[in-house]
Amino acid sequence: MTTRIVELRQGILKKNDELARSLRQNFTAAGVLVLNLVSSPGTGKTAFLERTLRDLRARGSRVAALVGDLETDNDARRLAASGAPVRQINTHGICHLDAEMIERHLAGWEGVALAGLDYLFIENVGNLVCPSSYDLGEKIRVALLSVTEGEDKPLKYPTLFNSADAAVITKMDIAEPCGFDRELALKNINEIRPGIRIFETSSKTGAGLEEWLGWLGEQRKAWKVCSCG
Amino acid sequence: MHELSIVASVVDSVTESAAAYPGARVLEVRLRVGALASVVVDSLEFCWGIATEGTHIEGAKLVVHTLPVILWCEPCGKASELDGVQSFRCPHCGEATMDLRQGRELEIESIEIDEAGAIEEAGEAKETEVPR
Repeated sequence: MTTRIVELRQGILKKNDELARSLRQNFTAAGVLVLNLVSSPGTGKTAFLERTLRDLRARGSRVAALVGDLETDNDARRLAASGAPVRQINTHGICHLDAEMIERHLAGWEGVALAGLDYLFIENVGNLVCPSSYDLGEKIRVALLSVTEGEDKPLKYPTLFNSADAAVITKMDIAEPCGFDRELALKNINEIRPGIRIFETSSKTGAGLEEWLGWLGEQRKAWKVCSCG
Repeated sequence: MHELSIVASVVDSVTESAAAYPGARVLEVRLRVGALASVVVDSLEFCWGIATEGTHIEGAKLVVHTLPVILWCEPCGKASELDGVQSFRCPHCGEATMDLRQGRELEIESIEIDEAGAIEEAGEAKETEVPR
């Protein structure tokens, strides 16, 4: 037997990472800010996005969304009520979106050109584990957490919160009856992702949305300056 | 949950890399998996047999090196290993930091191959050439 060690030192998700990099270049060239929304099922990603799309459109922004689910196009239909172009991605059992799914669904999207958008939102499959491994070419990853899920969620799923650029707490309108310990939740998020920007919101009452939309505008402005320079 | 697709990617990459050594047998595949990689090592091992069955690398052993998170602390001026992933603070001074130096790895480190088969093939080719 003649054995030899061959050093490879290559990323296991190399193909996904390369595709994500090329998507990111396309997004930058087109001037569209892309956000990847990740949370457990039932956190209220769709309700939060419905509100975000509607409010951004009302302010004259050009927005669109890709929405991932294992099955059904229920979420796409809900989001489309905002008037924004929305496309459903059905993964048929796969627990996360990957860069190839994004590329494929952007390619055949009738009437939607990246260059004609200010923001593209990607609502990931509801899952707090697997989506964190897959880069979709997004500029900003947003982790959402609802008041009904427990303040220790960030500690239980550290990888996802650690890889996020912003955190959104949803359903703040029912925080009190749920006995939600706000201070503890904020502390836990900060333990896992020190210094992260946190928004406390209610898609029902609109609380915290103004701050979120303002921040989105700032991010887009800062990013445009940065990517042009 | 996504370990099978991760293992399938490993099988593809290793098969591709091993093709540079025709006839060689892959004995071992070594991975580096960071504590923040969202991957369950037991599941990788469980999926390994299924994913390699019937492929060129069937029978190869999977070895997973797990890597703890290493943080760089500016005030201390040094890098430290974390015990877990529950708090991103310097274990010496308590400073919160996101300056990660290790922990997100999800990579194929190396493969060990047995080239005996490859040499034999080359030898046979030579032998057939000699009588001419």
